[in-house]
Amino acid sequence: MKGKVHVYDVDNIDTDRIIPGKYTKTLDMSVLAEHCLEDLDESFNSKVTKGDILVAGENFGCGSSREQAPVAIKVAGIYAVIAKSFARIFYRNAINVGLPILEIADHSISPGIELDIDLQSGIVKDLASEKVYQSAKMPKVMIDILEAGGLVSYLSKYGDYKL
Amino acid sequence: MGQTIVEKILSRHAGKDVEASDLAIVNVDAAMATDASAPFAIKAFREMGGKKPWNPERMVFVIDHGAPAPNERIANLHKIIREFTTETGSTLFDAGSGICHQIMIDEEQAHPGELIIGADSHSVTYGAIGAFSTGVGATDLAAVMLTGKTWLKVPPTIRVELNGRPNPGVQSKDIILAVVEKLGMDGATYKALEYSGSALEYLSLGGRMTIANMAVEMGGKAGVIETTGLELPYDFEHIHPDSDANYIAEYSIDISALRPKVSTPHSPANVSDIDEVLGTKIDLVFLGTCTNGRLEDLHTAASILKKKKLAPGVRMIVTPASRKVMNAAMADGTMNILSDAGAMFIPPGCGPCVGTHLGVPADSETILSTANRNFPGRMGNPKAQVFLSSPATVAASALKGEITDPTEVMEEIIS
Ligand code: SF4
Repeated sequence: MKGKVHVYDVDNIDTDRIIPGKYTKTLDMSVLAEHCLEDLDESFNSKVTKGDILVAGENFGCGSSREQAPVAIKVAGIYAVIAKSFARIFYRNAINVGLPILEIADHSISPGIELDIDLQSGIVKDLASEKVYQSAKMPKVMIDILEAGGLVSYLSKYGDYKL
Repeated sequence: MGQTIVEKILSRHAGKDVEASDLAIVNVDAAMATDASAPFAIKAFREMGGKKPWNPERMVFVIDHGAPAPNERIANLHKIIREFTTETGSTLFDAGSGICHQIMIDEEQAHPGELIIGADSHSVTYGAIGAFSTGVGATDLAAVMLTGKTWLKVPPTIRVELNGRPNPGVQSKDIILAVVEKLGMDGATYKALEYSGSALEYLSLGGRMTIANMAVEMGGKAGVIETTGLELPYDFEHIHPDSDANYIAEYSIDISALRPKVSTPHSPANVSDIDEVLGTKIDLVFLGTCTNGRLEDLHTAASILKKKKLAPGVRMIVTPASRKVMNAAMADGTMNILSDAGAMFIPPGCGPCVGTHLGVPADSETILSTANRNFPGRMGNPKAQVFLSSPATVAASALKGEITDPTEVMEEIIS
């Protein structure tokens, strides 16, 4: 899957910045997309086209357990998030809602370029510099959930967790 | 091989011995969702084909984040929760009951040694009574509702020894801010914290809750406090770590050397000693939240504000953590003292903590709050500056109109 990147080389982008608490109390997903990351970059939502990739620094998604955070990013049109590291609950939530995330501890992805992501192998290719990154391995149960399209489809299919 | 407290609790719930880094499917004793997460969780539960939660009595819903509803949108989300709990016999604490984490412990929905999953990141609070509890998102919670289980990776444990006796003016909030200062925002990511040491004997249940509450501010999966010295209204089994348990890191903090602490904008991990921010002018103080909205916190504030008035131009919002707290504060005169001083009370619940309603600050205002987070926009306005501190610091500062060291007034009160 190929996509254009939006790079925010910022650490500790918390869930309040991904989607402020005042907008989370809704089941209307378009509200989430509209306000996604607005306190970090007011024009984020208008810059994204479907299939783009979000790139960030360390500890992305720290803070609250709001699943609206990965949902907002997904509904805004982002196909996958790459960060140097992720906060624990965000990581789990992203997989559960079917938003692919890749942890690449040491990357120098620059703004505006295109990446080619292979989720199966976790290999990310920088199409500008030909540089290749290998993302951290996920537990098998997470790969299965992601492949099923999220936890709802996974449990509808299997009825229970399989380790 | 010896086990940490977390490894012991998780082994019991996995039905086999597990150690750090093992993946395990564990049985869940209780689960909790709030009005911020429950509507999503209920929707996902139904999409999974769920009809009734695995154990309705221990599936607890609390309406606290936007309570009472500030608009029709949130009112309709509350209605979804009320209808679901009626239909399934799940446990509901409706608007006005208080903050979910206070209720889980006060209403005995969390017990020592149990495994509890909450769809709120501060569910780590029940580590205060020696439970393993952690926060998840709404879909994970839906899966717990469906199966009574969840999967997790057994976290390695960081041991934090708290020794010595705190000085007057130093409260449990200052202790946990000192820990956050040491470990940083992601110092406990994918890990559990285990607290022990001689300082535990000075910690009340409320003080323990304040400390456990902020494990997630370091990225922690859990923050469990050894139950030594803990008193609960019922008998329980104490779980202690083995002497040869394996820790990924060990820290020791001398509590007697601590000064009051303050987190400066815009991160709870931006911790300084109060001396560095003394004199910072404030517009609003907020006493409340699952970190510091308990009766003892209101008592501290009342002891400082008794027969006094807030500094001119300073507003003060008090949100009791639960109806129980509010009733006790009414009965013993605490509410009168604070109200006479000029504070305004809002109903038990999260109040302005998460920026939904009831106390959103204006642009460039400075707030001193007893909450656990001060990320940009946290209180509803990214242009406001939120500082975090203990209830004693909040009350002493409200009196002066600027950030003030509470040590002197606490010394007077104690003597
Ligand atoms: S009081 Fe604040 S931190 Fe605690 S549960 Fe409510 S919103 Fe979350």
